[in-house]
Formats: sequence, structure tokens, C-alpha cells
Amino acid sequence: MPITGSDLTRQTAAVLAEAIRTGEASAVEVTQAHLDRISSVDDRVHAFLYVDAEAAIDSARSVDAKRSAGEVLGPLAGVPLALKDVLTMRGVPTTCGSRMLENWRPPYDSSVVERLRAADIVILGKTNMDEFAMGSSTEHSAYGPSHNPWDLDRIPGGSGGGSAAALAAFEAPLAIGTDTGGSIRQPAAVTGTVGVKPTYGGVPRYGLVALASSLDQAGPCARTVMDTALLHSIIAGYDPRDSTSINAPVPNVVAAAAKADVRGMRIGIVAELNGEGYQAGVAQRFRESLAILEHLGAEIVEVGCPSFEYALGAYYLILPSEASSNLARFDGMRYGLRVGDDGSHSVEQVMSLTREAGFGAEVKRRIMLGTYALSSGYYDAYYGSAQKVRTLIMRDFASAFESVDVLVSPTAPTTAFKIGEKVDDPLAMYLNDIATIPVNLAGNAAMSLPVGLAPEDGLPVGFQIMAPPMADDRLYLVGAALESALYDQWGHLLIEEAPAL
Amino acid sequence: MTAITRAEVAHLATLARLDLTETELDHYAQQLDVILQSVARVSEIATADIPATSHPLPLENVFRDDIARPCLDRAEVLAAAPAHEDDRFRVPRILDEEV
Repeated sequence: MPITGSDLTRQTAAVLAEAIRTGEASAVEVTQAHLDRISSVDDRVHAFLYVDAEAAIDSARSVDAKRSAGEVLGPLAGVPLALKDVLTMRGVPTTCGSRMLENWRPPYDSSVVERLRAADIVILGKTNMDEFAMGSSTEHSAYGPSHNPWDLDRIPGGSGGGSAAALAAFEAPLAIGTDTGGSIRQPAAVTGTVGVKPTYGGVPRYGLVALASSLDQAGPCARTVMDTALLHSIIAGYDPRDSTSINAPVPNVVAAAAKADVRGMRIGIVAELNGEGYQAGVAQRFRESLAILEHLGAEIVEVGCPSFEYALGAYYLILPSEASSNLARFDGMRYGLRVGDDGSHSVEQVMSLTREAGFGAEVKRRIMLGTYALSSGYYDAYYGSAQKVRTLIMRDFASAFESVDVLVSPTAPTTAFKIGEKVDDPLAMYLNDIATIPVNLAGNAAMSLPVGLAPEDGLPVGFQIMAPPMADDRLYLVGAALESALYDQWGHLLIEEAPAL
Repeated sequence: MTAITRAEVAHLATLARLDLTETELDHYAQQLDVILQSVARVSEIATADIPATSHPLPLENVFRDDIARPCLDRAEVLAAAPAHEDDRFRVPRILDEEV
């Protein structure tokens, strides 16, 4: 479904790639159009922390040269992409939204970046995020928040709010996010875009700066389900440099997106992720989407996942525990910030002064929470119990998937909230991820796609689809079918309704 | 009931190598208490008979052939370090002056 109009920034990645392959547009023209768009709107959106126009034009030029030389181009060759600033890219600043890594230029590429380069995708720059991916709004970025293109006074979600905002502001047709507890899906939901958290181990974590290693997963973001599938197939697959990378064929997500068929599928509504606590317009669009899926030939049933009620608690013990350990590497010795190295302070004092100055409030909060949960005397009650809840959540999923093919829920309980509304109320902020967290704890795959605007505030609503591990293709079967039905109903994609900025 | 005291938060900050200010200590003591009381609910269903899960995939040790591969470029790595000297990271003194 091509986005109509001749503006290159309003096309899908699939359409742009085809135009570049046929010579209808050059990769340089496509890249320049997006750089111009960034120049004209990013002072208001603040999706990007760093834009490397010169490098982007250079890589676009090499795509055009390959085409002229008669080389066969890949499915997304020459298409611009916005990269979340938590993935390393050799020689390009990688801050993770933190003062701790301000000006750090990594000496290596992450697996994801290697694969993007190999696919001739043009990386425009690095996108804003909550510091070290801790947050649901980008307000915890040390470099200031990103703004939601639907309403600039509102948050674009987090932690990958920069990537989602770049898509919704038509600054890039593709983006990479990372999802530890919902950081791809919740930003997608509140910006009217599509985001997928692949099965844990589906996309290698090499070069992904670790937040919580047993939960972190990089994934594709775009404005359509098919674009998301095309990007998914490029970044997914085994890499021996990540010990948790799955050595098995990547599910055929592109074929699934093309098939877009739910006939005969059993779709389960998670009883615990529905009803109370969900904004009226979110619940309404969710119900309407179920009716569409039923009309398309799916059978809708309700399933219970009783342990999900405890997922948020388990997550906010497991994540801080792993984070407190992972972030110990930021000690001011080998890279990043160093404070107080004046000859009088000892190495330990320099570490403490550096971490005090380099980390923001949310990062400190979670490091201390994790240090506490792991300390002797509390370990069994907190971290140990959380790990048991994780077992129960996996059992809930396993038993649900015995009777249904996918599970569904609203992605987030509300539409985008106002910047500043929850920034110093950690528990209120944590609740944004109530529906996305269970998937991370179990390692499943999940997608969020836009299903309309909430009538009460005119802001996008996200629909979450959850599949068993390594059944990522089912997300695309269901997502593409729903997207296509909604497109027929509206005559355009939801994102076309976003304000012009 | 209080889950965590201000003195405990100060101790945690020391363990975590965070040189927190007095204001931060007050603020975090209150916030961590609220968070801990909320997340402590996990113990309601975490009974003795349930095994713990540390990881979504079953992990096993992975061996590879012992083949030399190129490592990171030393100059590039040191260029990103806060301080370096003689091709090494330079760090502050590691012993106390009194010792």
C-alpha cells in the first residue's frame, strides 16, 4: 500500500527501495529529502541526538554507484534509517542518552549496524532515548526530551521515543529500537507507528549497550507492518559473538506480512490486560480491532494469565538487579566521563564522583534498587521471588499458547501523556509498561501497531500482538491483516493523519 | 511499615559507588521505600516449590575453536579513554595516602 503523494519523506521504505532500484529516484535524493526534513522539524521534535549528513550522503552515493555498476541491490538498499543511540557505530558518538558517554566514539560496530551497512541501508544518525534505556517517555535523557509529533507537548514514549518520533515526523521511514520492558512497543503505540520486539535471542546483542541482559532485545520500527518485516529480516539471525543468540533460521516474517491472513487463527484476549486501568478510547479501539479480526476469519477467545498481575513487580526487581551489575562498567577508567582526577582523590573516590556526576536520577534510583535486591539478607525475598514469578509468567504463556496462536492486548494503558506529568513519580511511570513487560520476562515476540485515535483526545492507540518464542511470523500475519483492513476502512494509514508540523 | 531507611540508602550508595548529596539521600530514601513496598508483592505467589528462572532461554556453555582473531585497535580504544599514558589506561592512585 504505497503512501500517496510525491514527497519522498512520506513514502514507505518498500516503495523507496523499489524507486531506487528502478532509478525512479536516486538514493542521494531520498537521503537528502530526509536530511532536509530533519533540518526543518527536528528543532521541535528533537528525535535525533546526532545527525551525520555527510556520512549519510556518502553511503547513499555508494548505493547509487552500485546500481550504476549493475549490482543487484538488497530489499532496503538506499533507504534511510534512524538508529537508537544505544547501539555502537564505529567512530560515531554513542551516548545512550547519558552524560556518562558524552562524546564517546566506540571503536567498533554493533552486529545490528554491521547488518544495516551490509544491506546498504543509509544510517542518518542516532536517536534520543531515556538514559541507558530506563524510562517510558525520553524525559530521562540527559539531553532533553523528544516530543510527540502528534502533539509536541506530549511524550513520544520511551525509552525509544526518539526512534518512534523520527518515524512519526517523517524524518526517517525506518528505525531501530531496543525493548527491555516495552521500549519499542510503547513508543510505537503513542506515536501511531509499528514496532516489533523479536523473540529474545532473535537479533544479536553484540554492541548493544546492556541494560538488563536477560531482557534486552533490539528490533525493527517503521510506519507499516511490511516495512517492519523487511527490516526485521535484515537484522535478525545468529551471531556467535552473542552467547544468547539463537542458532536457528529466522521465521519468514516478510512472507507472513505479505500473506496477511488470520483465517482459522485462534486469537486470545489476555483477561488480565484488559478492562480496568485502560483509558476509554484505548479500550474502545481495542474492541473494534477484535471485531475486525473476527470478521476477517479469526476466532477470538479470552484466556487467563493470572501471574501477569505480578509481572511489574518482578520486572522492577530483575531489571534493576541486572542493571546495577551491567552499569558497574561505567567507572570512569577506560571510556566515558571521569570526574575528580586531580591527584588527590583515590580511584574509588574518582569512580564515585564520576558516577554521581554522570548518571541521572532514574539511573541512580534503579542502580540502588538493584544493589538492594541483590544484597545478602534480601536476595531471596526480592530477586529470588522475582525469578520465581518469571517462571510462573512463562507457564502462563505456555499454557495460553496451547489453545491460541497469538495473544492480544492494548499496548499501553493510555495515549501519550503530557511532558512533565509523571517524571518524578516512578511508580506512575512504571505503569505505562504493564502490558508489555510480561513478554520480556518470558522472551516471546510481540508487535504494536496503530489501530486508531482515542476519541477523547485524538491521539494514537496501539494494539499489541504476542506470539510464542520463534513464532515472530505470526505477529506479521495478524498485524498485516489488521493494518490492511483498517487501511481499507480509512482509505489511508493512520500516520497520514498526524499534524504537518 | 518502612522497607528501607535513609541509613540503608546511604550504605547502598557507597556499595554502588554513587557519591550522593544529602538532598538525594532524602529523596531516594522516600522513593525507594514506596517502590520496594510495591514490588515486594512478588513474594505472595513465589512459593518454595517454584523453580527460579534467570533467563528466557535454556543457557548452555558454548565452546569455539581457539583461533586468534583481530582485537580492537589500540590507538582507537585509547583515544576514547579519559586518560592514557605509554599505550595504557592511566588511572588515579589505587592506594590510600595513609597506607
